[in-house]
Amino acid sequence: MRYLILLDGTPPEGPPPPELMEAISVLGAEATSSGAMLDTAGLAPSAFGARVDLTGGAITVADGPFAEAKELISYALYEVRSKEEAVEWANRFLQVHQQHWPAWEGGARVLKLFGPEDFAAMS
Amino acid sequence: MVDGAGTAQRAIEAVWRIEAGRLVAGLARVTGDVGLAEELAQDALVVALEQWPVSGIPPNPAGWLMTTAKNRGIDAARRRGTYQRKLEEIGRDQELSTGGRGDDLEDALDDDIGDDLLRLLFTACHPVLSVESRVALTLRCLGGLTTSEIARGFLIPEKTAGQRISRAKKTLTDNGVVFAMPDAAERAARLGSVLEVVYLIFNEGYAAHAGDDWMRPALCQEALRLARLLATLVPDDPEVHGFAALLELQASRIPARTTADGDPVLLLDQDRRRWDRTLLRRGLESLARAEQLASAPGTDAPALGAYAIQAEIAACHARAATPAETDWRRISALYVLLRHAWPSPVVELNRAVAVGFAEGPERGLAVVDAIAGTPALASYPQLPAVRADLLARLGRTAEARESYEAAAALSGNAREREVYAAKARATG
Repeated sequence: MRYLILLDGTPPEGPPPPELMEAISVLGAEATSSGAMLDTAGLAPSAFGARVDLTGGAITVADGPFAEAKELISYALYEVRSKEEAVEWANRFLQVHQQHWPAWEGGARVLKLFGPEDFAAMS
Repeated sequence: MVDGAGTAQRAIEAVWRIEAGRLVAGLARVTGDVGLAEELAQDALVVALEQWPVSGIPPNPAGWLMTTAKNRGIDAARRRGTYQRKLEEIGRDQELSTGGRGDDLEDALDDDIGDDLLRLLFTACHPVLSVESRVALTLRCLGGLTTSEIARGFLIPEKTAGQRISRAKKTLTDNGVVFAMPDAAERAARLGSVLEVVYLIFNEGYAAHAGDDWMRPALCQEALRLARLLATLVPDDPEVHGFAALLELQASRIPARTTADGDPVLLLDQDRRRWDRTLLRRGLESLARAEQLASAPGTDAPALGAYAIQAEIAACHARAATPAETDWRRISALYVLLRHAWPSPVVELNRAVAVGFAEGPERGLAVVDAIAGTPALASYPQLPAVRADLLARLGRTAEARESYEAAAALSGNAREREVYAAKARATG
């Protein structure tokens, strides 16, 4: 089953410590080689993006940035056997932040993607 | 409380799932014995299942499991009276584990964990073992599957699965198989055995995808994980990347391979919009890597092998948005290559399909008829099915219907039988 992990956060001033970037790349290599991580990428600040809304029958387009408390930072797509496994990878990702950039605060949303197993269960 | 314990147990299983291979591989390096390593890892899991629901999951669960397993190893060695020797062996690494969270130990292991995992795969797929034992031991040691999961995956009694694993361990010990990297001369053959085992696991899940038990389809994912792992462990081998490509591409079709009712849908009838784009893209990327490695200037890597050629064929289907856009000329040329790499009447039968589309049904039929008398295909329902398709396209409907009926009669799978029977009814 697949999970999309969306990371958001409020980075402290200044660039992330090199140790963090190194730890993230080690963790990423581990997750990739174990076959669990299918895809990942960093997300640019919302100032670089836009938002398309349908409200009251009208479609509007608004350029970023958006006044969100936290910016989305990255996504990762995992193929795992249980929700707990996806949570464990998210946990490890936050642990390296905790260890190498203590002032950083953020969260990981672990979202399940529907897969063939869900439709098999419904039919 | 019950909920808390259940949550902890599932969390432990998740950690186990992620770490089992690395744990067994690291322990096998320390003990030199895959069977013992696997038992020590299992012991550590049991301790975790007892302690973590109460104490909470430690910050570095992988390091915790490794340290616990090693301590159990020392205890076990002491009980067997070989304490001194084992202590010397285990002690070397134990000294490294004095860091509070086991980080030093992890760092030390990280240096060659890749080699350890590869050694573990080579040992679990050792030629002294029967193929069934290789499969069971690989799933157990690399995938962290339980005996019951292996039994359900292969539709065998749990006792049989347990026997396969214990017999495999005993055979390794009896034959003095050490936990070592095969030498260069033997490496290719052993790699071939690993790929064969992983392919068997994949096919067991792929063939059974319509089954009721989630464990059978889960074998596909298990095999995919092993293939992805191998591609990082042996990054320079084109055939390994070709193998990974083949599995990704075949798996990408899973969502379209059955109807909502679980009936099989043949490749050319599948709704290609339902193919899994992520797996398809990954498969094409792995194949590009294989091609690049096989054709790099000055390389001594072999030309594309049988798995990579099959991946090339799968890629031809993957690249075609509709069946009509399929590059059948390329596919039939690839089948000629495949026939050299892996001579088999089934390959020839598949070539007949491609020739039938590339050069017309008459030419395809000639290829089928040339192998129709092959004893290996005497009870193979796809032979009359392919023949029936070609006859139908030639307008020889009575013969086509007869041939579809023959295919239905030969099929051992109820759903497949119905697909052929329906085609027979629809013909003429």
